[in-house]
Amino acid sequence: MSETKEPLFSKKNKKLISDPLNLNNPVTIQVLGICSALAVTVQMDNAIVMSVAVLFVLVMGNLIVSLMRNLIPSKIKIIVQLVIVAALVIIVDQVLKAFVYDVSKSLSVFVGLIITNCIIMGRLEAFALGNKPWASILDGVGNGLGYGLILVVVAFFKELFGSGKLLGFEIFGNSVDQTGLYAIGYEDNGLMLLPPSSLILVALYIWIQKKRTPSLIDEH
Amino acid sequence: MSINKEGNGYTMTFAIVMVVVVGGLLAYIASTLKPIQQANVKNEKMQNILQAIGLEETNGVSRDEAGKIFNDYITERIILDYDGNVVSKKTSEDPIESAAKSMKDEKDAFNLEVRKYYNTLTGLMKKYPEGGAEYEAAIKEKGINYPLFVAENDGKKYFVTYFSGKGLWDDIWGYVAFREDGTTINGTVFDHKGETPGLGSKITEELFQNQFIGKIITDENSGEYKPIKVEKPGGEYNQHQVAGLSGATFTAVGVDEMMNRSLEVYNKYFYSLRTASVQPLESPVNDTTAVMDSIQVIVDSTMLAIK
Repeated sequence: MSETKEPLFSKKNKKLISDPLNLNNPVTIQVLGICSALAVTVQMDNAIVMSVAVLFVLVMGNLIVSLMRNLIPSKIKIIVQLVIVAALVIIVDQVLKAFVYDVSKSLSVFVGLIITNCIIMGRLEAFALGNKPWASILDGVGNGLGYGLILVVVAFFKELFGSGKLLGFEIFGNSVDQTGLYAIGYEDNGLMLLPPSSLILVALYIWIQKKRTPSLIDEH
Repeated sequence: MSINKEGNGYTMTFAIVMVVVVGGLLAYIASTLKPIQQANVKNEKMQNILQAIGLEETNGVSRDEAGKIFNDYITERIILDYDGNVVSKKTSEDPIESAAKSMKDEKDAFNLEVRKYYNTLTGLMKKYPEGGAEYEAAIKEKGINYPLFVAENDGKKYFVTYFSGKGLWDDIWGYVAFREDGTTINGTVFDHKGETPGLGSKITEELFQNQFIGKIITDENSGEYKPIKVEKPGGEYNQHQVAGLSGATFTAVGVDEMMNRSLEVYNKYFYSLRTASVQPLESPVNDTTAVMDSIQVIVDSTMLAIK
């Protein structure tokens, strides 16, 4: 067991966290988990809670699957993973309903739909099933943050230009009382409140990301 | 002896143990958190009702606060049937039991599930598209009832109605409060399950809800029921019209439909109140403002009586 002597944040382990943030981002590079990225990004607070929920499910799921990786019968490994993810998601949903009722109302079905978020099943199957618990936790944190980063960036622009607010604070003034920017004729962009605008924003993000990191561009 | 992990026996045992462990854990968590969740739902309803009254004191009341002060404002919880008759009446003295299914008091207006009633009603609407006597008989037979909350503040009474309908995507519902005369709207709260954010969801905003304040549901001359219409945005509106939402026509149509349908029933009750309030003329009244109020009510109701 020479591997146990490896430092907690070795170069390899650091890469597990930093890669999903940029070079191997689950949303913009692997294009997974797009559904919720389009739907829950109208307001920043929803996006943040959703990110935290996914992060929690991903880290816990990765940890549990990694701890049980030698016990899980290969015949039913997908079913076992699904049960673990579903149980975690139900816990998150119940806790949100009890302690942050308003947020759980606005996230509605999307918390339940974390079960079907391909990022989670993807990481459990591709990483946690074949790696040690600590590395799996780091992988979960990295991918969860990578997902959350996109959600928060998209929500930032959608909330700012869609309703002139950030986290509920009026940035551009009040559209009802016609103060601030609204007084000189500025109007909110209604498209920003609808799911299609997230597609545009995610596409712009991918464009900028690939422009800055030429290694990401396919050769052919 | 090593265990054969590829064998059917191991797989089965693993599956059974997993299901029992996960099932037990989830059941435990659900039952622990249930009281908090139910309190949230209950307090939210109280918050909506208080907010709808349209008083300065209850405007912007928080959810937790609403649970505490609900009984200070809401004095009676009444269930009405389709004819506007009182089926049951609870006062603020009676506790609100809305927790577990078995504890639920079906005679309490607070526990009436208007969204379920609406589903029953849509079935009947499909069955009797023409409406008419058969349709009304079916509504009564199904026992569709209407909750009404009576609020009191500064010696004035308010009536809060609660009803449900359908928007573009999913359920919408509303609380509309009337002043003592039973025709002038004093405040509204609308909410929805899944209307388009930024378009249909604007029915939850004050800009839309506050337009209803001061509108009346009876005809100025005849005193008969006259519904409030949600019109196209832009233009002038009279006492029976409000502006709809641009880009959310179907949500506005839904609000219009559910209000017309439900307020017609409530108006039957208000009508009986208006005609009955002619009598208190004989009883002595000390408070001058109360005298003014009752004179106003009497004048209103005499107009109705003349009709």
